[in-house]
Amino acid sequence: MLRRILAITQKEFIQTVRDRTTLMIMLSMPLLQLILFAYAIHMDVKHIPMVIADQSMDQASRSYITDMVRSDYFDIISTVQGEADVIHAIDAGTARAGLVIPPNFAAQVDRGSANVLLLVDGSDPFTTQSAYNAANVISQTHAITLALDDLSRSMPAISSQDLSPLTTHINILYNPDLKDLWFLIPGMIAMLLQTQTIALTSLAVVREREAGTIEQILVSPIRPLELMLGKTLPNLLIALINMLTIVVVGTLAFGVPFQGNFPLFLGLALIYVFAGLGLGLLISSVSQNPRQAQQLNMMISLVGLIISGFIFPRYTMPVVLQGIGYIFPLTYFIPIARGIFTKGIGIEFLWGSVAALTIFAVGIIFFAARLFRQRLD
Amino acid sequence: MTEIAISANGLVKTFRTRKGPLNAIDNLTLEVGRGETYGLLGPDGAGKTTTTRVILGLLSRTGGQSSILGFDSMRDTYAIRERVGYIAQQFVLPADLTVIENMRFFASVQGISQEAQDARIPELLAFAGLTDFTRRLAGQLSGGMKKKLALACSLIHQPQVVLLDEPTLGVDPVSRREFWSLLGNLRAEKGLTIFVCTPYMDEAERCNQVGLIYKGRLIAHDTPSGIKKMVPGHLLEFKPAKFVPARDLMGGLPGVLEVQTYGAMLHIFVEEAERGRRTIEKTLGSHGLEWSGMRIIEPRMEEAFISLVSRQEAQDHDQ
Ligand SMILES: Nc1ncnc2c1ncn2[C@@H]1O[C@H](COP(=O)(O)OP(=O)(O)O)[C@@H](O)[C@H]1O
Ligand SMILES: [Mg+2]
Repeated sequence: MLRRILAITQKEFIQTVRDRTTLMIMLSMPLLQLILFAYAIHMDVKHIPMVIADQSMDQASRSYITDMVRSDYFDIISTVQGEADVIHAIDAGTARAGLVIPPNFAAQVDRGSANVLLLVDGSDPFTTQSAYNAANVISQTHAITLALDDLSRSMPAISSQDLSPLTTHINILYNPDLKDLWFLIPGMIAMLLQTQTIALTSLAVVREREAGTIEQILVSPIRPLELMLGKTLPNLLIALINMLTIVVVGTLAFGVPFQGNFPLFLGLALIYVFAGLGLGLLISSVSQNPRQAQQLNMMISLVGLIISGFIFPRYTMPVVLQGIGYIFPLTYFIPIARGIFTKGIGIEFLWGSVAALTIFAVGIIFFAARLFRQRLD
Repeated sequence: MTEIAISANGLVKTFRTRKGPLNAIDNLTLEVGRGETYGLLGPDGAGKTTTTRVILGLLSRTGGQSSILGFDSMRDTYAIRERVGYIAQQFVLPADLTVIENMRFFASVQGISQEAQDARIPELLAFAGLTDFTRRLAGQLSGGMKKKLALACSLIHQPQVVLLDEPTLGVDPVSRREFWSLLGNLRAEKGLTIFVCTPYMDEAERCNQVGLIYKGRLIAHDTPSGIKKMVPGHLLEFKPAKFVPARDLMGGLPGVLEVQTYGAMLHIFVEEAERGRRTIEKTLGSHGLEWSGMRIIEPRMEEAFISLVSRQEAQDHDQ
């Protein structure tokens, strides 16, 4: 049994290494995706195109707008007359957000009851969220700066220097960008690993069927489970290499700190990767041709992305969707990844997810072997 | 019982196709004794590949029984796989592995120890004439060498029975002869039972038992000479100057059993050689038709096959 598994592993290994181009793609894809995704999200959050209707046109409004622009969150693309023009710009898609500063802004500020109107394109929740958060923070910071200036003017004894740490403090705590990446990177690593592991094995069996080589394998005494395990091992290595690169790049390049125990994370990621490869093999076993396998792979990756808790919190989903979520290893691994990566918690808090993931990983391989068709018809 | 290497009894395989069910094997019964070289002879689409695959357990069977070395094709698949070698019709070895890697892979999955591999693989490579090509990718071998590699791989676990599906397909004539002499050696030295599918009549002559398969049915089985004797009467061959009118005349003549065309030649089966010849020559002459090369020949497998097939067709037609 072991000899046969090793023979298959060796064969797969040689074939993988011999196909340089595919190997290079396999080894660079997740890293590329990580950089693209993280960067795309980064960009989206910042530089939101904005139109401004400054009906006040005074010192106070200009200083407020300067703060908005300086934050990098908003790019002022044009100035318009009033609310109607702002809505028009958002409808036309030229702007994602608009700011209406009422007349007498300076007077209102002086009275301490200034109101500005922020209009955000709600059709893009990511932008909405970021714009809303950013505008909120910028406005509050601006207000505090004003208050501090006021204070230092009325009480010359206290210099504004003494008061400035307060501003800094608020800035870090509410920096929405930082929080987004902290939250996103562990989930993204998990998601990319699932996509890749499924992609690695989803063609493994169906390709042999397509090439006809399955016939020679079927007349040999290889058992289905041996075939599955043999095909998993070389891919396990590729997936682990990728896991390491994206964790390293995720932490270094994006400055997301790794809070927890790395060996623990590595060990659990191994189980996770195994589960993903198993799911890929399952797809490969039931598919009649590579096209079908690819479609199933796409579907699973996409649905997994949505209902695994990577983007939307699972507790807000209907029970049925939560249930379906359990067919994706990602669902089990997201709490593990976020827990260890961001919160730095130990295994004592993760037993449930770890046990579920392990059962899943073992079960899926057996299931894939069971569904493997041992005949040509 | 142990003298039977391969047996099929009332074997049926029905494919479900878009045009409805298709009986690729229709109530097929055959028996191959140990040490025999059995040729399953039939044209393309006759059901040779399907028969081989069902016997090996690669396809499920719709009805009947089949077994190899007493092991049931469907139930004892792993017992069969450890004892039987197989060459598929198409080249189905991993093309991106080298010759030696292929050999090692199939040796290892057959559970052969490293030491045994080190002894056996060079032997087989030498036997197949592949010693100088061990590092070449299997996909880059010539047609003949691919078949030899497939043969070497199928023999690695010293099987008692090999099933070869058109092992000389896409192979040049010289390599074909080489391949058959390899098979001859195997039979002589190892007493290997060989079951070989082929559409080539001349290859059937090299077998000691031949089964003729046509439309999924075994229409005759015997030794090659036995098959040839199944054709009634004697065979005349000639080349008419005007083919169509000459052929149309032949059918109705007294003493003529069957008319076959063979390129530009006509093959006429007659009850009595000399009398038939005279009748034919007289008839052609009286119609002003010319001919050349009239002679009596020994019926070959080819004529026998065509004769048996047309008899079968006629029988089916009557029913
Ligand atoms: N997988 C299949 N599905 C449907 N029909 C098939 C299948 N395999 C073979 N056939 C049909 O069965 C018949 C016998 O085919 P085959 O066994 O390949 O013949 P041979 O090997 O003698 O050329 C043919 O009519 C072929 O079209
Ligand atoms: Mg065939």
